[in-house]
Amino acid sequence: MKDMDDQIPRTLPIQSATFTNPINAEIRRAAATGIYDIRGGGAKRKVPHFDDLLFLGASVSRYPLEGYRERCDTSVTLGTRFAKKPIELDIPVTIAGMSFGALSGPAKEALGRGASAAGTSTTTGDGGMTPEERGHSSKLVYQYLPSRYGMNPNDLRKADAIEIVVGQGAKPGGGGMLLGQKISDRVADMRTLPKGIDQRSACRHPDWTGPDDLEIKILELREITGWQVPIYVKVGATRPYYDTALAVKAGADVVVMDGMQGGTAATQDVFIEHVGIPTLACIRPAVQALQDLGVHREVQLVISGGIRSGADVAKALALGADAVAIGTAALVALGDNDPKWESEYQKLGTTTGAYDDWHEGQDPAGITTQDPDLAARLDPVEAGRRLRNYLKVMTLEAQTIARACGHNHLHNLEPEDLCALTMEAAAMARVPLAGTSWYPGKEGF
Amino acid sequence: MQTYDLEANGLRGLNAALQAQSTETNQTSWEVVNPKGSHAIAVGLDAPIEVTVKGSTGYYCAGMNQQAMVRVEGSAGPGVAENMMSGQVIVDGDASQYAGATGHGGLLVIKGNASSRCGISMKGIDIVVHGNIGHMSAFMAQAGNLVVCGDAGDALGDSLYEARLFVRGSVKSLGADCIEKDMRPEHLEILKDLLERAGSDAKPEEFKRYGSARQLYNFDIGNSAAY
Ligand SMILES: Cc1cc2nc3c(=O)[nH]c(=O)nc-3n(C[C@H](O)[C@H](O)[C@H](O)COP(=O)(O)O)c2cc1C
Repeated sequence: MKDMDDQIPRTLPIQSATFTNPINAEIRRAAATGIYDIRGGGAKRKVPHFDDLLFLGASVSRYPLEGYRERCDTSVTLGTRFAKKPIELDIPVTIAGMSFGALSGPAKEALGRGASAAGTSTTTGDGGMTPEERGHSSKLVYQYLPSRYGMNPNDLRKADAIEIVVGQGAKPGGGGMLLGQKISDRVADMRTLPKGIDQRSACRHPDWTGPDDLEIKILELREITGWQVPIYVKVGATRPYYDTALAVKAGADVVVMDGMQGGTAATQDVFIEHVGIPTLACIRPAVQALQDLGVHREVQLVISGGIRSGADVAKALALGADAVAIGTAALVALGDNDPKWESEYQKLGTTTGAYDDWHEGQDPAGITTQDPDLAARLDPVEAGRRLRNYLKVMTLEAQTIARACGHNHLHNLEPEDLCALTMEAAAMARVPLAGTSWYPGKEGF
Repeated sequence: MQTYDLEANGLRGLNAALQAQSTETNQTSWEVVNPKGSHAIAVGLDAPIEVTVKGSTGYYCAGMNQQAMVRVEGSAGPGVAENMMSGQVIVDGDASQYAGATGHGGLLVIKGNASSRCGISMKGIDIVVHGNIGHMSAFMAQAGNLVVCGDAGDALGDSLYEARLFVRGSVKSLGADCIEKDMRPEHLEILKDLLERAGSDAKPEEFKRYGSARQLYNFDIGNSAAY
C-alpha cells in the first residue's frame, strides 16, 4: 500500500494570493505588539503610474527638434497670479518639503545646495526653517503647516514663497509624527516641546477650516508679507478637481498636488497604502479644474508623488502640470538606501531598497536621523553635488523627450504626445490606449 | 495720534503703514476707525506702537504680532492674535474661536468671553480671559499660560503638553491627559502677575490649576482608548 501512495501525484503547496507571507507576518506582528506599523516612504504597492504611459515621438505629421542643437527651454515661473515676486526656476523639478527633525541638518543643507546649484527651489517642512537651510537655498519655500512648529513672522518674511499644507499624498487627512528618539535638544527647542517625547503634528489647521476660511488665511499671510511672495496650497490627492478649484477660489498662486506614492517621514502603513489616489489619477482632474476656471498656466500646478526620472517629469508636464516636486528621489540621490550600507541595513532587519524605518532615527546613511554620529556620515557638499547631478540628468532626459516630440519648451509637451499601455492608465491620464484612438470614458461608458 | 479710516483707505494701506513703523518711530499712537468686521487688521506688526481699533474686527486681527499693543474696542473674530510673538492684544468685547492660537509670546487679554479652541496649540503666549471659554480650549497647548476667570467648556486641555491652565470657575470636562494639579507658590506668583497685567481683580487663590498628566507623551498600547 505504501508504495502505491508514493505514486499518487501530490497537490503542490499553494500560497494564498490573499494571505501572502508578508500579510501573515504583519498579522503576527500586530498580534504580538498590539500596535499598527509605522514607517516612512510612500505607497509600495503597484498602482497605475507614469510607467504605464509612453510618448509617441515625432512622425510624418510632427517633426522633431535636433538633439543638442536646437533649444529646448526648461524654465518655469511659479506664482504669477498675485505675488509681486514670483519664483523663477531654471528647471521644473523642485525639492518637496521635508522637515528638519525628520531629516538631519546636513541633509537639509545638502538639499539646499543641490537645488540651488541646479537652479531650483527647496522647501522647509514641519518643524520650521533652519539657518543652514535658508543659507544654502537660493530659493526657499516655507511651509505653513497645521502644527505651526517654529512658525514666526521673521522666517515667513525670509521665505521666497509660502506653502500652506492642507495635506500630503502619503496621508491625506493625517497629521505628522516624530517619535521621541528623534527629538534632539535642537528639534525640541524649535518645536517648543520637551525632549524625547513623541511629537504629534495636528492633522487640521488650528485656526481655519474650509475654503472660505482659507481665503481669509491667505489674505492674512499676504498682508503680513506685503503681497510679495507666492502662496502655494499643497493637498494630498483625493478629490483633485474640487480641491484645485477651491484652492484657486481661496486665492492660491500655485496648487501642489501630491499623489499616494508620495513619501512621508513617518505614518501608519495602513494610511500610506489605503488613503488617497495615485499621482497619475490626479493630474487631469486638477488641470481640468484650472481650465474650467480659466486659470491654467496662470495658477501653476506642481505635481509630486513617485517622480523618479526625466520621463516622469515629461509625462507630468505633458498632462498639464507646470512643475514637479521630488522627495524620496532626492533622498536617494543624497545616499538613502545605498547598497554600501547593506550590512547595517541587515542589522536593522531590512535590506537596501526596503529600508523605511525613517522614524526610528537610526538611518545608516545619516539622512533621516538626529544622531550626530550618523548625521556626520553625510557630507553636505558631496551629497549636494549628487543631487545637482541627478536634477541635471532628469532635466536632460525630459528635454530629450520634448525634442523628440518636436517641442522647444518642456511646457509645450501635451497629452497628444502620449498614449497608455493599460486601460487603467488610459482612463486616469485620459490619453488613448496605445494603437487606438480611444480611452475609457471618452465617449461615455 | 494717527487716524486711519479703514473703510475709506483700505486694508493694504493700513497694514503697510503699521508694518513700516520702526522700533524708533515717534508715531507711536494709531487709531483705526470704521473697521466694520474687516479681516487681518493690524497683522504682522513689529514695533512698539499702540493701535486702537474703534469697533469689531473679523478674522486674525493682530495676527503674528510682535512688540505692538493692539486694542480692539469691540469684539474680535476668529484667530485674534494668532501666532503672536510678543507685545499685547486686548479685546474689550468677546473673542470668537481660536483666540491666541499657536501664539509664541506676548499677552492676549479678552475682557469678555472667548469661544471654542481658545489657546489651541499655544506655544508660549499668555492668555487671560475675563469671562468664559468654549470647548476644546488649549487643545495640544505646548507652553504658556491660559487664565480663565469664568468657566471652561468641554474637553479643556485635550492632548495637552506643557502649557499651564488656570480656571476660576467650573470646568465642564477635562480632555484626554489633562488633570487638575497642585497650585504651588510659583503658580500663584505667575497668576498674580498675569491678573494684574490683564486688569482683573480676581484673586489667584480662587483658581485651580490644570496641566498635562504626561501619560500620552510616548505611545503606549495601554493608552489606546485615549488615542
Ligand atoms: C522624509 C520626508 C519628510 C517629509 N516631510 C514633509 C513635511 O514636513 N511636510 C510636507 O508637506 N510633506 C512632507 N513630506 C512629503 C513631501 O513633501 C512630498 O510630498 C513627497 O515626498 C513627494 O513624493 P516622493 O517622495 O515620491 O517624491 C516628506 C517626505 C519625506 C520623504
